[in-house]
Amino acid sequence: MSTNTAYYIPHKATWPIIGTIGLMIMLAGFANYLNGSSIGPGMMIAGLLVFVAMLVGWFALQAHESETGMYSKQVGVSYRMGMLWFIFSEIIFFGVFFGTLWYTRNLSVPWLGEGATKELLWPSFEAIWPTNGPGKVGGDFEPMGAWGLPFLNTLILLTSGVSCTWAHHGLLPPKPGVVRTPEEGRSQLIKGLIITVALGFLFVTLQAIEYHEAYSEMGLTLGSGVYGSTFFMLTGFHGFHVCVGAIILSVVLFRSWKGHFTKENHFAFEAAAWYWHFVDVVWLGLFVFVYLL
Amino acid sequence: MSAVVDEHDHHADDHHDHGPAKGILRWIVTTNHKDIGTMYLVFALAMFFVGGAMAMVIRAELFEPGLQFVDPAFFNSMTTMHALVMVFGAVMPAFVGLANWQIPLMIGAADMALPRMNNMSFWLLVAGVLLLASTLFMEGGAPNGGWTLYPPLVLQPITVGKALPFAVFSVHLLGISSIMGAINIIATITNMRAPSMRMMDMPLFVWTWLITGFLLIAVMPVFAGAVTMLLTDKFFHTSFFNAAGGGDPVLYEHIFWFFGHPEVYIMILPTFGVASTIIPIFARKPLFGYASMVWATGAIAFLAFIVWAHHMFTAGMPLAGELYFMYATMIIAIPTGVKVFNWTATMWDGAMTFETPMLFSIAFVVLFTMGGFTGLMMSIAPSDFQYHDTYFIVAHFHYTLVPASIFMLMAAGYFWLPKWTGHMYNEKIGQLHFWLSAISVNILFFPQHFLGLAGMPRRIPDYAVQFADWNMISSIGGFIFGASQLLFLYIVIDTVRGGTGEKVTDEVWEDAAKHGLEWTLPSPVPYHTWTTPPTIVPTEHVLDSH
Repeated sequence: MSTNTAYYIPHKATWPIIGTIGLMIMLAGFANYLNGSSIGPGMMIAGLLVFVAMLVGWFALQAHESETGMYSKQVGVSYRMGMLWFIFSEIIFFGVFFGTLWYTRNLSVPWLGEGATKELLWPSFEAIWPTNGPGKVGGDFEPMGAWGLPFLNTLILLTSGVSCTWAHHGLLPPKPGVVRTPEEGRSQLIKGLIITVALGFLFVTLQAIEYHEAYSEMGLTLGSGVYGSTFFMLTGFHGFHVCVGAIILSVVLFRSWKGHFTKENHFAFEAAAWYWHFVDVVWLGLFVFVYLL
Repeated sequence: MSAVVDEHDHHADDHHDHGPAKGILRWIVTTNHKDIGTMYLVFALAMFFVGGAMAMVIRAELFEPGLQFVDPAFFNSMTTMHALVMVFGAVMPAFVGLANWQIPLMIGAADMALPRMNNMSFWLLVAGVLLLASTLFMEGGAPNGGWTLYPPLVLQPITVGKALPFAVFSVHLLGISSIMGAINIIATITNMRAPSMRMMDMPLFVWTWLITGFLLIAVMPVFAGAVTMLLTDKFFHTSFFNAAGGGDPVLYEHIFWFFGHPEVYIMILPTFGVASTIIPIFARKPLFGYASMVWATGAIAFLAFIVWAHHMFTAGMPLAGELYFMYATMIIAIPTGVKVFNWTATMWDGAMTFETPMLFSIAFVVLFTMGGFTGLMMSIAPSDFQYHDTYFIVAHFHYTLVPASIFMLMAAGYFWLPKWTGHMYNEKIGQLHFWLSAISVNILFFPQHFLGLAGMPRRIPDYAVQFADWNMISSIGGFIFGASQLLFLYIVIDTVRGGTGEKVTDEVWEDAAKHGLEWTLPSPVPYHTWTTPPTIVPTEHVLDSH
């Protein structure tokens, strides 16, 4: 509950520098690992631990400040803007890979199969999607169908979007005419979040099974030419975002269980829900453009 | 409007009424927009000299034909790193520093909207630049395939050594830093503005940064995505840019320039904002055509997204693409022309004086227009086939970056340092710095037009003897320009430490208080300002439009 009218400006921040150092060590470690240096993995783990410690510490601090009423409405507006623009940047990031898929399928693969390129370089190459290119990079593979696990996953994510909204309604004041005790609302919030988180992790599990099948039975890998590249890059980044979203929702669930959030003051819930819906919409794009078409 | 800062009617101010903390920790954990602005500016100035030193290596090597000082791979590392350091380490951070300092002062906000994130933006920038700089000391050296990191060149072992993953992760960190900074700036401008200030009351510097912030959020993830694909192509067997696997190296160029073209406007729009702030004060007139300036900025930002492939006329594109990108690019001259004419009209019939910031601004208007005209020449696709990858291009974009972005950053330094420190800089040395810079920058870059038209390619450590004379002249200009910048360093340090000893007034420049809120605050600006939002009286440009 906001009790403050003034804009809260913290006078120091210790977590940013800690998080930065963690992130830097982690990425430097990853780079070393890619270069074949033996200190790489150790650095990655150390950096990751520091980074996770920062996330825990910083978010705990924010939750504490929020619950002790240090944030005015105007602070809430800044946070909402921050989250919306962050999601916007994420949309752009996914846009790059969707754009890559579009360009490859509609422009560059057809160009490889026509004109002088075809005549002089690869006369036997047929420009048909899916392809691993005229060099058959990665060997024979079987493309991923849409109607097995991917379709099931679509239903799962869509359902989780509904359960997330249902949880939100447990937090908001009941609609006029609906009689509901605060306990019922709270129980709806927690149940809804449990369902959403469970569906999120179920999605990731099924995707892991899908990947396993692709690698072990279909010959489809990240190295299967441009089809494998775009397939795993798009679904992989998406799966990572589902994991992150499910973790964020788990934190929101934990905070709901602790009794945080009121109908006026639940920015963390809103932000997590926005993020979840964003991940949901990206999946619909993936289902259509990666699996279906 | 009131010049008095009301400190006592908010109980929440109690815990931050004190001044800055003591010692080094003040800077590491600070959330104060002025401290963070200062850190950005100091860091950017340091990187300006690092990037500048690399430019000196380049110009020394090119002083005469033949290989003099460095081996070709190191020379290519220098051109690559000079660009990356100047763009991501100097120019962009310097403008973020100005934004941090000035935007809250100009819109009557107590601080930036998200102060903790503001701190993290800065430190991520340092981390990103450290990762990048570390490649200089690695086996195989720093990246040397050009700042655009084009595949397949950049993926070949000889060109990357061990540097590629470090460069890629550096881009990721710099991207996160820029996005965080941009989000903060947008949230500050839209949510922290004094309630009585309408959008069309905002100073042009604030407007240009609002639009730049949007550009940053919209394109930094694109660059991050592009380099991520480079990384996976190199280390994880993907085929995004490998034709044998069905990919296309030209795709990288498209993605890169979809980022890269808005990126150049990220460096120029705040430049326009600074010019639009300085010129009216020294012309003692309101800015001419305020609304058209705002719309022109928006138009340039929009066009930024639909012209990228004019960087790739020779890369292989269908004819329709060449034509579309040619015409779309030419349109940019219209809003840019609106701006140049507005600055000129602002000066027209003004009671002008020529202090150092104004001298730099006038030079900017003239020399940026030069850079714009060569840009127009290059926008013509068939002509660009001749100019592409020659020194003409180098001359063009250095005219738009050095006597434009860099000059206006210098101007901003002279213009605002007295406000920030309460001390006046040494006008005589300032003007000496200006004249040395303005003359030498032309000796440095103007001959490069001739070299390019005569066919000298970019990014080579050696050249045919017919290019010797102009290269030597260009190098001489470069050495004078480089040395002159030490004067700026001296002036900044001197001003911070007391300057001429003359105490500046609150408005610093004659009648500046008519032009912006920040000039109604005391000089030096106190550690905390606008803890109560000021009430804005209609500013001059509004009166002017009635």
